[in-house]
Amino acid sequence: MSEADGEPPLLVVEGLTKAYPGVLANDHVSFSVAHGEVHALLGENGAGKSTLVKMIYGLVRPDEGRMMLEGRPYAPHRPSDARRAGVAMVFQHFSLFEALNVAENIALGMEDPPPQGELSARIREVSVAYGLPLDPERIVGELSAGERQRVEIIRCLLQNPKLLIMDEPTSVLTPQEVEILFRTLRKLSAEGTAILYISHKLEEVIDLCENATILRHGKVVATCNPREHSARELAELMVGEILTPPHRERAELGDVVLEVRGLSLQATSHFGTSLKDICFSLRAGEVLGIGGVAGNGQDELLAALSGERPTAADTIRLNGQEIGALGPNERRALGLLAAPEERLGHAAAPDMSLTENALLTGAVRERLVRRGLIDWPRSRAFAKRITEVFDVRTPGTEVPARALSGGNLQKFVIGREVLQRPEVLVVNQPTWGVDASAAAAIRQAILDLAEGGAGVIVISQDLDELMEISDTFAALNEGRLSAPRPARGLSVEEIGLMLGGVHGAKVEEGADAGA
Amino acid sequence: MLVLEKRKVPSRFWARATPLLAVILTMLAGGALFALLGKDPVEAVRTIFWDPLFSEFAFYYRSQILVKAWPLILIAVGLSLGFRAGIWNIGAEGQYIMGAILGGAVGLAFYPAEGWYIFPLMILAGALGGLLWAMVPAILRTKFGTNEILVSLMLVYVAENILSSVSFGILKNPQGFGFPGSRNLNDYAASANMDLIEGTGLHWGGAAALLAVMLAWGLLTRHILGYRIRLSGEAPRAARFGGVDPDRLVLICLGVSGALAGLAGLFEVTGPAGQLSPDFNVGYGFTAIIVAFLGRLHPLGILLAGLLLGLTEVGGGIAQQNLGLPSASIKAFQGMLLFFLLAMDVFTDYRLRFRREEAI
Repeated sequence: MSEADGEPPLLVVEGLTKAYPGVLANDHVSFSVAHGEVHALLGENGAGKSTLVKMIYGLVRPDEGRMMLEGRPYAPHRPSDARRAGVAMVFQHFSLFEALNVAENIALGMEDPPPQGELSARIREVSVAYGLPLDPERIVGELSAGERQRVEIIRCLLQNPKLLIMDEPTSVLTPQEVEILFRTLRKLSAEGTAILYISHKLEEVIDLCENATILRHGKVVATCNPREHSARELAELMVGEILTPPHRERAELGDVVLEVRGLSLQATSHFGTSLKDICFSLRAGEVLGIGGVAGNGQDELLAALSGERPTAADTIRLNGQEIGALGPNERRALGLLAAPEERLGHAAAPDMSLTENALLTGAVRERLVRRGLIDWPRSRAFAKRITEVFDVRTPGTEVPARALSGGNLQKFVIGREVLQRPEVLVVNQPTWGVDASAAAAIRQAILDLAEGGAGVIVISQDLDELMEISDTFAALNEGRLSAPRPARGLSVEEIGLMLGGVHGAKVEEGADAGA
Repeated sequence: MLVLEKRKVPSRFWARATPLLAVILTMLAGGALFALLGKDPVEAVRTIFWDPLFSEFAFYYRSQILVKAWPLILIAVGLSLGFRAGIWNIGAEGQYIMGAILGGAVGLAFYPAEGWYIFPLMILAGALGGLLWAMVPAILRTKFGTNEILVSLMLVYVAENILSSVSFGILKNPQGFGFPGSRNLNDYAASANMDLIEGTGLHWGGAAALLAVMLAWGLLTRHILGYRIRLSGEAPRAARFGGVDPDRLVLICLGVSGALAGLAGLFEVTGPAGQLSPDFNVGYGFTAIIVAFLGRLHPLGILLAGLLLGLTEVGGGIAQQNLGLPSASIKAFQGMLLFFLLAMDVFTDYRLRFRREEAI
């Protein structure tokens, strides 16, 4: 590496500290990035990764500490300072105007944009050079998430950055798109651009990065070469405890419990996705994993199955009974339970206590209401049972839901459904934004439930998770569900093709451009 | 630099303290207003808050406070259920008028018959009148997605025109020498809304208001419908997930608030007002919105807030008479109360912090 040549590192961070009320987001963080190095910033949600890169990008001012860029003091006051110094950043959430085309979007982000024609030519040039296929004339609203990310990356590359910061770039990509991205990043690195790569996906980091700085509770707990460690070791460094992989006795699958035939559902809003002719069946003891990039109909599928959006009666059958037209509580009475993705506001009411939230879905099956009157002691006992069985860390059952951390609230939400002994449970993104130990506990609960003879549908964007727990796998793409296949033995390529639909075609294109 | 910072848990202290602080700030700002009008601010504020309770004529004023408070409480309790669920009935004034018209019309239809059943029938008709008037915005919202705020508010003006029309027309007192207005329902024994205990101001409407407070309290704390109302207001998506049918809730909330407003109208027209006339309504339906929020949408709070507003109504009346304050200034004074309450409300969910200005 370049340090060996006696050249100073590109970026040196020394003792950066940033406190927010009640939390020390970064506590004397120090590390350095060499020219052309791909450096991973690893850590769980809330470990302080985002605060750290925001300080490097000039969005947040540190309370203490200093930074050096190419041997000179570096203290950006705003992102434009950082960009001028050669630091660029691709955010997790894109800031693009859907109604404008690619070139117009890129021009909007530039301080001094060249004329459209010239800019389009440069976009084409960069996109070919780095194997990022992108047509500057296309309207952003029509692009896939992976393509939108390319817009952001190319916007950065046009500034010839020395350091490119990427915040969780693969969370919205299909495996094929990840491949394209990695090829680009390796090429950039080979040309001398350093990359600061933020992720909590360990396999990716091992694949891509030469160095890793691991953060926990705002502190650097380790700096290491990720290739010398297993994913499990890295995870334990991140979490600070020993993780046990989920375990399950594979039982024979039982009879079909849930059958969905020809389920179509019009999107409620302009930004929603309509479900189109969804067909699958779920057997007792089966975990059906439904993968897909966000926004391909996951929320709509959950709403159709939970009963929030009733459909024609014969499209959904539970144990042979037509339930398509029933509402959520009628379905609960029959044994079909659900846990939506959005914890605050959908799965739970933020300002209501855990007891009141236990009542939200438990009223029917736990008999918490008699003749219209609420049995509060019984509801409180149910809430208490959830917090105990699922290790929900909370001062009590009377605190509002929003006072709980994401992981704890998610354990509460999943536990609330699992404890009601569903015959079929549908969960959307069960471990989204949840720390690794809570995620492991939630996956184990799902497997235990299936082992006990329930059918479980797990909708998730996390393919590793789905491969770990699913018996069968299907993919949602633009509101269509692929035919479920046994999860065992599915290769990454096959999954990618199932997920990608039309996006899959671009793999070849990307491969050609990269070659 | 001042910054507002969201609290992790809403402050209980501020939730309770804001109504009190709002009253104090209203006294200060109101005092300033009266001073600008050239009146002695201390005397004005004392006249409004102190005289009705403790002056030499307090024995009379006290029952007047109650008479003003009952309709406010009755209407506000109904409104608070909808407000909690995010269903905004702004047209209680119209439902109040329609309840008075329908209930009053039933009584007038029986005139001059005597019978114990007449008053109960009028009560039912009064509730029905308000309910039906509230069903218009409710059904328009559930069927066509119209905004209930606009529809209910506009229906107030329709109701006022109907009131004026019947006062001059079919319900006009045949022995009224051509003056607008119906027969006096309070003078007609079968329909009179009498004090339950003579001279206290506690009439049937008061009994209904107290009953409504208790029932609403039980509903919100013990009944699944009350839970669903609160849930829908706090997290509409979670409510749908929890099995709440939003359309049904709109019908129930608007229906209940309409019926209670109609009842208030009926008790008013058979009691303190006495007759249906083009101006028997004095804006209780609108003032009740202040009462509902001042009472934190809580039944007991509404009881206290209703009494407080009753006090400012009576006190304001005295101040108009004795100090010559314009009536608009009394309305502004009451408006300040809601204004300060809502402004102070921020502190329930946010805390104020001073932060050093960051150098740029």
